[in-house]
Amino acid sequence: MARRSRSALERATVVTPDLERSETRAKSRRGFLLALPGYAYLMIFFAVPMLIIFVYSFGTRSATGRTILGDWNLDSYRRLFDDFVLSVMWRSFWLALVTTVICLVISYPFAYYIATRGPRLRGLLMVLVMIPFWTNFLVRTYAWRLILGRNGPLSALLGFFGIEEARLLFTNTAILIGLVYGHLPFMVLPLYASIERLDWSLVEAARDLYASGWKAFRKVTLPLSMPGVVGGTILTFIPSFGAYIEPELLGGAQTMMLGSFIENQYYAVSDWPFGSALSFVIMVLMLVGTIVYFRKGGRTA
Amino acid sequence: MADRGGELSEIAVELTGVSKRFGEVTAVDEVNLQIGDGEFFSLLGPSGCGKTTTLRMIAGLEFPTEGSVRIYGEEMGLRPPNKRPVNTVFQSYALFPHMTVFRNVAFGLEMRKVPAPDIASRVEAAIDLVRLSGMEKRKPAQLSGGQQQRVALARALVNQPRVLLLDEPLGALDLKLRQAMQVELKDLQERLGIAFVYVTHDQEEALTMSDRIGVMHQGRLLQVGTPEEIYEHPRTRFIADFIGETNFLPVTVAAAGEVRLEAGQALRAITHGAAGTAANLTLRPEKVSLFPTAEAVPPGWNCLLGEVRRRVYLGNSLYYHVDVGPAVIRSRHENAPGVPLLAEGESVCVAWDPDSAEALEG
Amino acid sequence: MTVQSALRRRGLLERLLATHSWLVYAFFYAPIAVLVVFSFNGGRQVSIWQGASLRWYRQMLQDAALLSALRNSLIVAVVSTIVATALGTATALAMERFRFRTQRVYEGLLYLPIIVPEVTLAAMMLVFFIQAFDYIGRITGTPPNLSLTTIILSHICFNISFVTVVVRARLAGLDPSLEEAAADLYANRWKAFRRVTLPLIMPGVLGGGLLALTMSLDDVVTTSFVSGPGSTTLPVYVFGLVKKGVTPVINAVSALMLLASMTLVFSSLLVQRGGSARKSKAREKERAS
Repeated sequence: MARRSRSALERATVVTPDLERSETRAKSRRGFLLALPGYAYLMIFFAVPMLIIFVYSFGTRSATGRTILGDWNLDSYRRLFDDFVLSVMWRSFWLALVTTVICLVISYPFAYYIATRGPRLRGLLMVLVMIPFWTNFLVRTYAWRLILGRNGPLSALLGFFGIEEARLLFTNTAILIGLVYGHLPFMVLPLYASIERLDWSLVEAARDLYASGWKAFRKVTLPLSMPGVVGGTILTFIPSFGAYIEPELLGGAQTMMLGSFIENQYYAVSDWPFGSALSFVIMVLMLVGTIVYFRKGGRTA
Repeated sequence: MADRGGELSEIAVELTGVSKRFGEVTAVDEVNLQIGDGEFFSLLGPSGCGKTTTLRMIAGLEFPTEGSVRIYGEEMGLRPPNKRPVNTVFQSYALFPHMTVFRNVAFGLEMRKVPAPDIASRVEAAIDLVRLSGMEKRKPAQLSGGQQQRVALARALVNQPRVLLLDEPLGALDLKLRQAMQVELKDLQERLGIAFVYVTHDQEEALTMSDRIGVMHQGRLLQVGTPEEIYEHPRTRFIADFIGETNFLPVTVAAAGEVRLEAGQALRAITHGAAGTAANLTLRPEKVSLFPTAEAVPPGWNCLLGEVRRRVYLGNSLYYHVDVGPAVIRSRHENAPGVPLLAEGESVCVAWDPDSAEALEG
Repeated sequence: MTVQSALRRRGLLERLLATHSWLVYAFFYAPIAVLVVFSFNGGRQVSIWQGASLRWYRQMLQDAALLSALRNSLIVAVVSTIVATALGTATALAMERFRFRTQRVYEGLLYLPIIVPEVTLAAMMLVFFIQAFDYIGRITGTPPNLSLTTIILSHICFNISFVTVVVRARLAGLDPSLEEAAADLYANRWKAFRRVTLPLIMPGVLGGGLLALTMSLDDVVTTSFVSGPGSTTLPVYVFGLVKKGVTPVINAVSALMLLASMTLVFSSLLVQRGGSARKSKAREKERAS
């Protein structure tokens, strides 16, 4: 709007519905412009790539490993049902599920304990949880490679108890340990946030009512902390499902997970259409799963 | 309904045909209002009646959908709040939590580029005015509710606005503090001599402090008048019910000055409508007297026979709830020594001066 | 159930919880401790203790490739954090304080990068860049390559969402009448933002920025997909080393990376807590003058 008409508006006599509407629209426009840079950025560097990968999934791999777009087909999607692919998917799903359950079981009492300390102690304890989280993820996973190695400290410890030649590294178990270790903070944080916000007077009332701490927990504390459980579960399951570093560092050739499998398609095997189909499918699966889970489990912070 | 009361040397705030609609919902409906220079004016009404929205339109925090808002004759139009000569005391005080009391109060002056030494002296004066000297370096979180409220007041007044707008400022305070602040605010307003526009849902507060009151309900301005006018002569049943306590008797207008109960009995009263209209006879408890027999009733007064249902003891007063058939009438008596107490079940005559009861529609 | 047995139950439960928590803390810190200890290991065997030594640290400091990777990591992290924080803060403000068309679409778009699995995001960016290079090459004749720029662009992509979420949370907790009060007190929109809104959301902005910095420094998957030969970052370099074969230098590098992260966290905490103290001191100085 030209400056002259702006001050003319300000000098305007009586307000009419038209003027009010244009004022509302002007405000709306300001908001849109403010969001525009971020909006445009995500459109170009996220929405478009998503589209491209979708297109690629219908392409074909040439003999030399280049991608041919044009001869559209569903081959890549059909291959998703190959035995090997399904077994990789199943292993990823299973490991992610077990990881999530273990994390939940470990984290809930832990988060509960911290949340029931005094305010200053609570803050300190949470900082102590966050510090490992802020350190490099790769490094922490590598640490387990060190510990679980053939001649590593854990082997030495087990040997001390008489267990010889324990094969720890490059197994599903090793990956599991790595996954649990890496994702515990993602489970602890939402749980803690949710439990800390509880109205404890309700829990007290329930304790009086049921005369049993366990029942009060089951009927009051647990349901009220559900948002935290939902949030933590999602934040743990999704990264675990598509995990790449843990299987690469701690797993072997027989324990391939989706993450490594997809990476393979882009580098070693150079089958981009197939890799794209895989990527796209797990993204859709995760999205759908998240939405369904959200609807059922309520909303989180 | 435009209304002017008292002597208005200048009109501080004038609203003409102001409406505010949010989509389908009408929050404020065709309000016409004039507030005089130096007047303590209250906008009174229940939650959701549009009083806060109206205040915000004067402040410039909302723009009307249509209508005119003039401050001292100047049309405000779509002027943003930072260009209007008014200041607001918010319901939540809205003190800037990251600034000290001094910086909070100085904010408006800094925004208008007042030179630093002037800021210092004016801020000190304002803080002194609200009796918070010594608190300048404290942050809002370190103050009590009452103190925060006074900082909000100082922050607004230091800018010497032509009109001060207050949005239910005393709502969060406990009773004793609220009553003390009511007196202080009224005092302040009289000393400063500027117009205060005060929004509240507490009718006692409005009656205590205001020069004039504007009663709002469902977006419409129902009646404007002095506290006595509003209390003694409410125009609608809603206002009679909302302000103070009232008894209602369903009646039909028989003729000018006369109404009839459903049972047939005729009563004299102030009437407005034509014969045959249904109305409610409004009767304030303090206007109702109880007599042991019909003979004891003063001549010309209405009388209804009834039975005492309940006696309520309130310390400085007594209420009797008397069942006269179509309704239970509440009667208020001073707890004066020597007055005999009536017992429940006793038969009495409920009587009142016909000129103190009005038949209102709606 | 008598009062005493109830109390005893409670006492037992408390002790169990406490023990469990300490075990969890041990689980958290043990690997880090082991790593640090072994970084001082004198011998060539990665996991067999052979006396203390600083040789791996010395070797690390002479590794040109490693130092170059470190430099790249820092450049990428700083640049992407600054851009993502600016864009994310603006977005958070727009979403919380305004209403405009297509807002819902944008909301969904904002949450996707967080939900999408890392591998998918990495693959998306790779394919996008290769395709873009193809087009650019056809127009200008010289197709660009994967480089630090592509890494930075990818990092900004997922970091915007993180910053927005954090700043939005902070903004949502702010009383909207604060900004109205500022306007009522003669501040124009810019002044109201600078003097009232910004200081109050600053902890959120800094927190979001710190999160973005960490995410960027940590990132392996996406970076390894979109980096070219001359543009390795530190995590990707270490990852490569580990895959080839574990050498003790990695222990030293890892230990130093841990130290750097912890220092970052502590200094950010100090900044946040000290910031408010410093601010009020500065104000008092102003007032006295």
